[in-house]
Amino acid sequence: MRFWKSCKAYGWILGLAAAFACMIIGSMQGQFLIIWQKAAMICLECIGIG
Amino acid sequence: MKKIRLAVQLLYTAITNGYIYGFLSGKIYRGKMKYACVPGLNCYSCPGAIASCPIGALQALLNQKGYQIPFGALGIFFLFGSLLGRFVCGWLCPFGLLQDLLYKLPLFRKRKRLPCHYILKYGKYAVLILLVCIGSLFLFRGFAKIPAFCKFLCPSGTFFGALPLLGTNKLLRSQAGGLFFWKFGILLGILLVSVKVFRPFCQYLCPLGAIYGWFNRFSLVQIHWEKEDCTYCMACKKACPVGLSPEEISVSPECIRCGECVHSCPRGCVHFTNSFSKSG
Repeated sequence: MRFWKSCKAYGWILGLAAAFACMIIGSMQGQFLIIWQKAAMICLECIGIG
Repeated sequence: MKKIRLAVQLLYTAITNGYIYGFLSGKIYRGKMKYACVPGLNCYSCPGAIASCPIGALQALLNQKGYQIPFGALGIFFLFGSLLGRFVCGWLCPFGLLQDLLYKLPLFRKRKRLPCHYILKYGKYAVLILLVCIGSLFLFRGFAKIPAFCKFLCPSGTFFGALPLLGTNKLLRSQAGGLFFWKFGILLGILLVSVKVFRPFCQYLCPLGAIYGWFNRFSLVQIHWEKEDCTYCMACKKACPVGLSPEEISVSPECIRCGECVHSCPRGCVHFTNSFSKSG
């Protein structure tokens, strides 16, 4: 019981670890460049034209 | 608490949409800060936006050729979700701020929820799965995949992106057609309902709220209810804009951490805390 309680209490640390792991893998795969390429152009779908 | 929250919302919206030149010229910011995402739903085609939208980022990755796991977007969700949960919705989302302001208008008798709330609240999960994920993976226009949520639903994109851009950019304005009017109709409907019902988009349609709601149970920022000291006067439930009982507040994915319950409790049984002190 105490184990699960502490898991819940420190779940955010596991979440942060997962966040950094995902972001490192994502950046190695060039995914942030893809995000930038999309965000730096006017998104015609977003504004209801494309 | 209300004034502090409003000040934070206004300040945050002004900072994350602070590229004034974009509003004046009808262009968008193209700098390196757009490699990063803001925590809330904030269209990256807003002329003032200085960073990317997390849902837009997820769709941009799902729209790539082939099928790859969108690690970059997942990392962003884990980062903001683990730290803040739906505190993002309550304090940092520009479209949430807009709905809050409309709900303050002294028109109509206010309602916390729509009828059939217990069914409709699952709408945001349907939007997340069907439009954001499946739509972005399998809907095509020609050979290109489309960001289905942005294209067919997102009212934040229409309000913060389309209206300022079409207002200042003649070329774009001349291209607006049926799709724009479809999205404008959705925006208008949501804004009208927002005058009577508390944050209808956040409660029933927002895919980002669906994601962050999952983190509410274990995020760093928490609202803690001290059961032992509670007299069950239900002041917190009356004050809660989404009508949560004290048992539900700390764990419910619907709680946007606005802090109304904290402010309303006469005995101080409900308070902001963090996961460390909660465990102790």
